[in-house]
Amino acid sequence: MLDKVLIANRGEIALRILRACKELGIKTVAVHSTADKNLKHVLLADETICIGKAPAPDSYLNIPAIITAAEVTNSVAIHPGYGFLAENADFAEQVEKSGFAFIGPKAESIRIMGDKVAAIRAMKVAGVPCVPGSDGPLTDDEAANIAHGKRIGYPLIVKAAGGGGGRGMRVVRSEDELLEAIALTKREAGTIFKNDMVYMEKFLENPRHVEIQIIADGQGGAIHLGERDCSMQRRHQKVVEEAPAPGITPEMRAKIGERCCKACIDINYRGAGTFEFLYENGEFYFIEMNTRIQVEHPVTEMITGVDLIKEQLRVAAGQPLSYTQDDIKISGHSIECRINAEDPRTFIPSPGKITRFHPPGGMGVRWDSHIYADYSVPPHYDSMIGKLITYGDNRDVAIARMRNALNELVIDGIKTNIALHQDILNDQGFVNGGANIHYLEKKLAESE
Amino acid sequence: MDIRKIKKLIELVEESGINELEISEGEESVRISRGGTIVQAAPMMQAAAPVAAPAAVAPVAADPAVPAAISGHVVRSPMVGTFYASASPDAPAFVEVGQHVNAGDTLCILEAMKMMNQIEADKSGVIKEILADNEDAIEFDQPLFIIE
Repeated sequence: MLDKVLIANRGEIALRILRACKELGIKTVAVHSTADKNLKHVLLADETICIGKAPAPDSYLNIPAIITAAEVTNSVAIHPGYGFLAENADFAEQVEKSGFAFIGPKAESIRIMGDKVAAIRAMKVAGVPCVPGSDGPLTDDEAANIAHGKRIGYPLIVKAAGGGGGRGMRVVRSEDELLEAIALTKREAGTIFKNDMVYMEKFLENPRHVEIQIIADGQGGAIHLGERDCSMQRRHQKVVEEAPAPGITPEMRAKIGERCCKACIDINYRGAGTFEFLYENGEFYFIEMNTRIQVEHPVTEMITGVDLIKEQLRVAAGQPLSYTQDDIKISGHSIECRINAEDPRTFIPSPGKITRFHPPGGMGVRWDSHIYADYSVPPHYDSMIGKLITYGDNRDVAIARMRNALNELVIDGIKTNIALHQDILNDQGFVNGGANIHYLEKKLAESE
Repeated sequence: MDIRKIKKLIELVEESGINELEISEGEESVRISRGGTIVQAAPMMQAAAPVAAPAAVAPVAADPAVPAAISGHVVRSPMVGTFYASASPDAPAFVEVGQHVNAGDTLCILEAMKMMNQIEADKSGVIKEILADNEDAIEFDQPLFIIE
């Protein structure tokens, strides 16, 4: 097993990693910025190194400082957590070149999956279902474009290759609109992005966000741990997650899970990873792969009984997977609410000192957070201060426990989004299950 | 032997009222006596660390074993690295206590990722204290020298 691990992150995930290390008898090194001397995991770690000033580029994104900290402490491995450098292929490469184990996949895997076009190409080769599209840029050949449209089906979306963030795209609902839509989008793209390359994809009106958790050992072992539904989003940020996804049958799970595992083997993937899909009308459409442990991993842990962080550490230590696919059993239902230090209405961040804190408890309640009474939430980092997770035999029990837990949770001194979560957990659309990715924003817009 | 950890233990003994502290784990042990020097110099373990860490539910923000109020200008480390007092193992130290330095003079070297970085004095004055030992692991902002 690894002797000593440097935790290159902060907040709740750093504490999560520290706990797993302690369980496995691994010594811990906490690197932190000047603003984070009093983080809970820093106070608990075996060794601590201040690596820079508060702003992330000076500290948690400071590759030389992190690698040097590993050197001076004789760490053997670095866990990047999520965010920050977790999906920075250059960091992964430098870590390994410097003689440390990077707790995650090889740099090459991160690179391929970080390039959306390359990722989709790799997934197609592996047989993972993708959004039907033109598979490349559109030419001026009108007949060819009409043929693409027939093949993809309507509605479809014409997108600028150099665009993003909702810009440079146009939804087309019927064939007679297609050619003009392409011409317009090309002209816009040329003006805004200086690149008039466009492509086409099927447009999903009301998809859900369903993702598959996998873990691979880089030695031929790859298993999936079922799916999560993360459709409750605001501005592409997940707010509530759950597992399993309502309406997904064991057969569907096995089929899509198997495809993802095959893809892992094909690309020599190692470590934990998540395949993200848009799901509509019984079909899965690959959008991207996250080559790291994710924020919402606890809901998968609750329904499978697998400690994903410990398994990451074992894989990094060179061990084969502790489980076969047959060992993985999905049981019960779990929900996670991301607790943020923000105004529940305006979503403006609310850093500051927590004057009173009381965590919820009881059967099926899990609180993953670094906060404590008198802890000051710094303004320099993202606003998530904890994850409240519940588990029950079925979805109703998980919901009931979450409502109770949200009512017990007390965080005074700063604003939090607890009220928003209470609202969601009592919303009929959520309670029915299967709401799509636009649901929460629509609900919030209506209540304004 | 991890000098940093032994220093922390020494500070612990100094601050508390105890006369002697012995910590052992397996075959390794360290004994520190008040008024004396380290008796058993053996590689350290991390059992001492929990003393500085919080025990239970509400960890209090504690600043373990900080030296009493420093007067004079503190030169702090601008980076993470290994402290070297001299240019090479056999060379004399860059500076000694009591020595006058000018702004820009090299005070020490901090090594990071095989690169040697010269740390320069940002003020002229006399070296009052040297707060790090050769080959110490240094973190960002750690006090290294006091110049008066």
